[in-house]
Amino acid sequence: MSTPEARSSRSVLPIQPVPAEDEGEGDRTSLYQAHQKIYPRSVQGVFAQWRWGMVAITQLVFYGLPWLEWGQRQAVLFDLGARRFYIFGLVLYPQDFIYLTALLVISALSLFLFTAVAGRLWCGFACPQTVYSEIFLWIERRFEGDRSARMRLDASPLSVNKILRKGGKQIAWIMLSLWTGLSFVGYFTPIRELTNAILSLGLGPWEIFWVLFYSFATYGNAGFMREQVCKYMCPYARFQSAMFDRDTLIVTYDQGRGEPRGARSKKADPKVQGLGACVDCTLCVQVCPTGIDIRQGLQYECIGCGACVDVCDTVMDKVGYARGLIKFSTQNAMEGGWNWAQTVRRIFRPRVWVYSAVLWAIILAVGLSLWSRDPFRVDIVRDRATMARWVAGGHIENVYRLQLMNAAEQNLYFQWQVDGLPGLRLVTESLVDVGATESRWVSVRLQVPDGAAPAGSHPIHFRFTARLPHGELAGQSSEKTVFLIPR
Amino acid sequence: MSDFISNFWHLYVAGITLVSILACLLLLWFSGKAKAMTANDNTTGHVWDGDLREMNNPLPRWWVGLFVITIIFGLIYLAMYPGAGSFAGQFGWSSAGQYNAEMAKGNAAVAPRYARFLDMPAQEVSKDPQAGAIGDRLFMNHCAQCHGSDARGSKGFPNLADADWLYGGTPDAIKTTLVQGRAGHMPPMAAAVGTPEDVRNVAHYVLSLSKGPHDALRAALGKTKFGACAACHGLDGKGNTAMGAPNLTDDVWLHGWGENAIVNIINNGKLNQMPAQADKLTEGQIHVLAAYVWGLSNNAGAGAAVGPAK
Repeated sequence: MSTPEARSSRSVLPIQPVPAEDEGEGDRTSLYQAHQKIYPRSVQGVFAQWRWGMVAITQLVFYGLPWLEWGQRQAVLFDLGARRFYIFGLVLYPQDFIYLTALLVISALSLFLFTAVAGRLWCGFACPQTVYSEIFLWIERRFEGDRSARMRLDASPLSVNKILRKGGKQIAWIMLSLWTGLSFVGYFTPIRELTNAILSLGLGPWEIFWVLFYSFATYGNAGFMREQVCKYMCPYARFQSAMFDRDTLIVTYDQGRGEPRGARSKKADPKVQGLGACVDCTLCVQVCPTGIDIRQGLQYECIGCGACVDVCDTVMDKVGYARGLIKFSTQNAMEGGWNWAQTVRRIFRPRVWVYSAVLWAIILAVGLSLWSRDPFRVDIVRDRATMARWVAGGHIENVYRLQLMNAAEQNLYFQWQVDGLPGLRLVTESLVDVGATESRWVSVRLQVPDGAAPAGSHPIHFRFTARLPHGELAGQSSEKTVFLIPR
Repeated sequence: MSDFISNFWHLYVAGITLVSILACLLLLWFSGKAKAMTANDNTTGHVWDGDLREMNNPLPRWWVGLFVITIIFGLIYLAMYPGAGSFAGQFGWSSAGQYNAEMAKGNAAVAPRYARFLDMPAQEVSKDPQAGAIGDRLFMNHCAQCHGSDARGSKGFPNLADADWLYGGTPDAIKTTLVQGRAGHMPPMAAAVGTPEDVRNVAHYVLSLSKGPHDALRAALGKTKFGACAACHGLDGKGNTAMGAPNLTDDVWLHGWGENAIVNIINNGKLNQMPAQADKLTEGQIHVLAAYVWGLSNNAGAGAAVGPAK
């Protein structure tokens, strides 16, 4: 339709250096930035309480779960060596990998849903990076004090006081990191054996490696990297921003109400002084764990933790202004001046409903599939080389290997029958017991009389019945395979 | 030995690898010196589409440190391990070498388990449940590919669970088979037997030996031509385990049953090979495996039907 010249001129976006909007020459800066340490100030308020609640819940689960017992074993244990995964009453085989996929799909959809509703909710409240940074900061505060004390300490020359405070913090951090590493490995090696092994110095090389590796990761990420992880490493941080829209709850500064900012006398009316509600106390900057100024608008560093909301509310209370100069709100709500009810009504938009519906459908499907799951599983594997053979009496024989997998915690008795071809019969025994959570290979021979069916591959079925030791039915299943008749 | 057919490619690969690493280092050096123009509003001054501005987002300096560490690691790795062309590295590591070392280590680790069985006669080993479990696993890994997971073979691959043995069924004979392998050779015999009609008659005679369906007249005619076969299979057709000539009088049909299959074998012959296992298995493993195979046809009730619990 168009000449090559016209096409190329249309597809290339011209880059035009233009002078900055502000006056001035502009600087020439390095492509790399030195790390500037952030000293987040402690904060109290609704969102801080929520965050500490989430810290308590997630860490109670993480540190506590390996210690729970279920019958004679650890309640949650991923035994990689034996390839058995115990989750309370459930025993999973590597063949049940689909459940891990389902878990990941559920996690992804939840992330989509939460992000569409309230932005980086996960980042600000539940992400391990935030949770451990919060715990490490709490320890730091116990030893070195709050923001200004920490800054003074860092600037002060080396002294006994400084060594004691810094050293004490490091020891506490390292102890907590080691405990975290130990708890992590406790999901894969029974944690009671693990702690006993430590006391008797009998840890295996890989256990030592993983305890130290996970400890080091915790220590480094929560003690030193902190916001650097969110800013430069985390992929979720980047793609979550792509899921925002104008109806997503984000931490926003009410520019219309706040500006022009400035310190003021308490007695005079700010309107008379020509000032907005922002008293420019900079507390919102001081509490920010990523060190940004929310008053410049939404920035990619913002993890949506709401610390600035909390601290600004306390300041507003103190100076006697209405709360909510910084608050969770949507872009549309800010522009339209909506109240909370209007905002919430708009948040439940089709996108959120679709995410919720799909999420619940998958959760229900997975739950149903787990609930109705047979406590056993059978795989039928045909020999690769031995397709079929003639045996005495002109019979044609096929050989199969059955993997009988018992996912119950007691013995199971497997019995099977075959059908699908005229005259098809089992030549080998058809009753085998398999110990609790064990799997067992059994080779099975099937025969048909010569001429029972034309040459080729014929679908047949194995019908399995599994019984508990006392004869109660544990479940039934049917597996498809083929019987080959040679030419 | 080098994988490269000429020395050029070795130098080419080594050169590209090293130059790329050094180029990374140079790039870091220059990017550390370079300055970006930033306007006062922390944008680079670039504008697309009229209003889309590019923010200045400098990389953290520690990232440069990590990159330098990666480069140092890469150079040390290339000095120690193969990677730069055909240079073998200071450690002299190779995947085959590691495999052999791990095999030797593994064999040394399990040797004590086999030591007990090596002192026992095969008949006794075949009744030991632990040896049975080991034998079953060895069979699955080394034998089942041809002889089938239930050891009953298929066309061309002998059934090991019956009483019919091409080379004899004593534990020692089985062990010899495992260590040295076997090559059974039936030459094309059509010329020695006579006309195609003679071949057909011999086939009927062979069928008659095992009382299979045959033409009695043809069998009687075939018997006179059987002399060509008797050199190996014996006058009575019962075979010869010394040379692996099969017994033709039983109802075992390794290479196919019926007139056509027999005619085909007489006309074309057959070379059937069992590979030697001496390089792949240790002495102890061969002993346990031989006992296991012997037990398949000699220990009633035992067998490959039910494998060990896992």
